[in-house]
Amino acid sequence: MIHALANPVRFLKIARPLTPILLFGGLGLLLFGAWAGLTRTPPDYLQGETVRILYLHVPAAWLGMGGWTSIAIASFAFLVWRHPLANLAARASAVPGAAFAAICLATGSIWGRPTWGTWWQWDGRLTSMLLLFFVYLAYIALARADAQRGGDGRIPALFGLAGTVLLPIIRYSVIWWNTLHQGQSLTLTKSTIDNAILWPLAFTLSGFSLLFGAIVLMRMRALLAAGKVEARMRRMAAA
Amino acid sequence: MNHWAFVTAAYVVGLGGTGAIVLQSWLAMRRAERAADELRRR
Repeated sequence: MIHALANPVRFLKIARPLTPILLFGGLGLLLFGAWAGLTRTPPDYLQGETVRILYLHVPAAWLGMGGWTSIAIASFAFLVWRHPLANLAARASAVPGAAFAAICLATGSIWGRPTWGTWWQWDGRLTSMLLLFFVYLAYIALARADAQRGGDGRIPALFGLAGTVLLPIIRYSVIWWNTLHQGQSLTLTKSTIDNAILWPLAFTLSGFSLLFGAIVLMRMRALLAAGKVEARMRRMAAA
Repeated sequence: MNHWAFVTAAYVVGLGGTGAIVLQSWLAMRRAERAADELRRR
């Protein structure tokens, strides 16, 4: 499957119709989830209305970490199988991953002020998420510099793999350290949040995830087209 | 403390930021694919 998709022509044949499906499907789910989260759920007995921020904060945190997981998987595929599309997929995941990490930090900070009484605390979860954001910025700069100097993409790919060390630190920070950030309220099988409050999260989570997929496809298509232009210009200059 | 002011700010940041990255990616794709098509037609 991965090997079949590694062909740019085959990839574009799938990516072109898939992009609007992910884009409009994601937008619809996200807007419905956000509307439901603002108007169709009760306030929390402790947090009050600010609990509604979780419908954006949790998916942003999920995609901030998911973005780096995509970079790591694509980097691994690039290093092992040398698929050029895997290199493009890693590069295309970096900017949206960084954007969602930033949204996670900003919405968390906005939630923290009325709930904890502070915008920021240097605790394990917040600091490791901030580190991930800086690692994204470093990856973006490194990948861009590598592409500009005609590098083979191996250095950013190795950096992409090395950065995965942060993911378990973020995930388990609330268990390993006594953090201000609350412990895990959601796992794949159980939740400590009541269903009356929880249900719109399924819509915003799937909406954001589809949008992330659409963004990655659009950025991969842009990189592929830019590569074609560059190759053609080079051929024209040589002729 | 008015909680709705914080909720509104979070939604502006979250939805606005997502909208901005979607729009920027779409414009970059359209620009790059248009440039590639024009060059192929030449």
